[in-house]
Amino acid sequence: MKKSVFFGAMTVASLAAGVAAAGTLDDVKARGKLNCGVTTGLVGFAAPDANGEWQGFDVGVCRAIAAAVLGDPKAVEFVPTTGKTRFTALASGEIDVLARNTTWTFSRDVDLKFEFAGVNYYDGQGFMVPKALGVSSAKELDGATVCIQTGTTTELNLADFFRTNNISYEPVPIETNAEAQPLYLEGACDVYTTDASGLAATRAAFENPGDHVVLPEIISKEPLGPLVRHGDNEWGDVVRWTLNALIAAEEVGITSANIAELGAAAGNNPEINRILGTEGTLGEMLGLSADWAKNAIMAGGNYAEIFEKNIGENTPIGLSRGLNAQWTDGGLLYVPPFR
Amino acid sequence: MTTLSDPPKGGFRVSMLINDTRYRSYTFQFIALIALIAAFAYLGSNLIANLKAAGLNISYRFLGEPAGYDINQRLIEYTSQSTHMRAAVVGMLNTLLVAVVACFFATVIGVIVGVLRLSNNWLVNKLMGVYVEIFRNVPVLIWILIIMAVFVAVLPQPREFRGDDATASMVFGSFAFTGRGFYFPKPVFGPGSLFVVLTFAASLVGIWGYRRYAKQQLFDHGRMVSTLWPSIGLFFVPVIAMFFIMGQPITLDYPALKGFNFQGGIYARNSFIALTFALSIYTAAFIAENVRAGILAISTGQTEAAASLGLRPGRIMNLVILPQALRVIIPPLISQYLNITKNSSLAIAVGYMDVTGTLGGITLNQTGRAIETVLLLMAFYLVISLSISAVMNVYNNSVKLKER
Ligand SMILES: N[C@@H](CCC(=O)N[C@@H](CS)C(=O)NCC(=O)O)C(=O)O
Repeated sequence: MKKSVFFGAMTVASLAAGVAAAGTLDDVKARGKLNCGVTTGLVGFAAPDANGEWQGFDVGVCRAIAAAVLGDPKAVEFVPTTGKTRFTALASGEIDVLARNTTWTFSRDVDLKFEFAGVNYYDGQGFMVPKALGVSSAKELDGATVCIQTGTTTELNLADFFRTNNISYEPVPIETNAEAQPLYLEGACDVYTTDASGLAATRAAFENPGDHVVLPEIISKEPLGPLVRHGDNEWGDVVRWTLNALIAAEEVGITSANIAELGAAAGNNPEINRILGTEGTLGEMLGLSADWAKNAIMAGGNYAEIFEKNIGENTPIGLSRGLNAQWTDGGLLYVPPFR
Repeated sequence: MTTLSDPPKGGFRVSMLINDTRYRSYTFQFIALIALIAAFAYLGSNLIANLKAAGLNISYRFLGEPAGYDINQRLIEYTSQSTHMRAAVVGMLNTLLVAVVACFFATVIGVIVGVLRLSNNWLVNKLMGVYVEIFRNVPVLIWILIIMAVFVAVLPQPREFRGDDATASMVFGSFAFTGRGFYFPKPVFGPGSLFVVLTFAASLVGIWGYRRYAKQQLFDHGRMVSTLWPSIGLFFVPVIAMFFIMGQPITLDYPALKGFNFQGGIYARNSFIALTFALSIYTAAFIAENVRAGILAISTGQTEAAASLGLRPGRIMNLVILPQALRVIIPPLISQYLNITKNSSLAIAVGYMDVTGTLGGITLNQTGRAIETVLLLMAFYLVISLSISAVMNVYNNSVKLKER
């Protein structure tokens, strides 16, 4: 037993090295499918619908990448990952890209050797409690039992928050969001804490969302975004600029309604022309076809469309754009120019 | 007269390494050993080369850095500012706690079930059979999850103890059974309690000495000295007397509902109870079968012989059957204890923070040091398992058939 694990560890290590060196872009093209790591199920971000098709905000990123690289938004193999398994899955090459509410942190970038392609949701950690508890601030949570997902930034922030505020708590570690829900609803935990977006999504799935409140404190910065392995810059560029294309499309006004018309021939807005490949050779520089960004945007619409469809104000999750508005609207979304 | 001719001496030739049966097996074993070492060396250097290529290096420096996360069940002082090393030790102690408690209960339940399964009472016999088959044939992970789910769903949560319209209440005002775990009164040792504890220890030694004396009397003079009542007396009277002499230095700290949770007393978490309970009843099913096999291995002639000497059934079991059956029972029991220890690593399924949860879970995940932590984990489980084997082998040697 001891030996076999050791051999296993060594083979994994040697495989990992093998994978990192190869070009992921070529691998994906040769495979004809993108392996995309997502959550095990968080409605609004990534969850299979009634027909077994994956839907959600993070799923939208996966589909856009598949469309940009392979021309087909359906050519995606979704790999559910937990907070604990996600990094191993990416490092070992089981997935090509991880789009799973993952916070961009120094140590994940530098020490775990991943490359964040950007931010698709600016978030922060919040707390949810049953209304019946009568709690109005996180500072009143002294002695509470708190459900947290292990392997996340959440558990580290939580430890810091309670320590600096000199209050105590009882952590209940759990693996997935699905496991946390019954524990929280049955009262085995007083509080559930995770990214505020995740709280909104979890709350929306409850039978009586009105019985639960999200406390006003946001205790951390959680820039969530897709990530790839260190050391494969070509693939990193593809993922980064696909995400940028979705955001830029909103900024310059490309939508799924007008994209067919705008992409048919070069118009008089040069940036739109360059994004949609009717002018310049941006696609070629990435090693993709000229209409890569057009395909990506057509997969599910621009950033705003993906947002509104999955987590926006007209969905049960009901998130407002807030920090995730374009810089022109007072938000943080600001993509470098396409030229 | 016969001359014994010595086998031809001297003249060792290299070809004998292959042709001579006396050397041949050594030759091949040696070659195999070299090949094995070479294979390991190759894999090892391959690992190091690949790790280097991936920009990773084996380093245990992270063990000295602050862990940054909290652990709910701590047998030693620990905060989120403590090191990863300390978090690992907290996890190891939690593993050992579950293993020891589960081994104890598994043995007790297993022996009882195993003996009852041989009962002549049809109902008892069949019930025990059903128990063994149900628990032995469903994976232990499923048992852990089922027990935890039932635990959380069935027992009242602290909020149900709260307020004027509380639907749940404490038992005898001192025990609380909640979905988050059980709360018991905790003894608090005041000044002077040392004498009480020492008196108790002395009583235990006294009981042991008395029983030895009684046995001696039986063996040397054939006299039966009653042991039950003197033992009970020795157990209770001196301690209780000392307790009052010292002015009741030991008091109880009762759990009470304060804020979100019960505070005070001893808190056994739901994850600990579910895990221990599941491991105990699962492994007990196997131990019961070992016990049954051990008893059946003793020929019925022994029972009949003992009965014809006039021994009562209980004594036949205790004095004749079990001591011999132990020889058969102990070796498989060792592997059941090892199983419990290793199966306790399923703890994370219910969020119990054993060493796989702390070192192999959160530490691994937050530092990304997979190879280092997994190697440490392997070393830990190996040491524990070998220690259990060693201790149990000593015990096995002491009960095994003494050939005279
Ligand atoms: N952003 C944090 C937390 C990410 C996280 O675990 N989020 C939860 C809730 S927002 C989730 O996605 N759960 C889905 C699942 O359980 O698979 C991190 O990267 O460590």
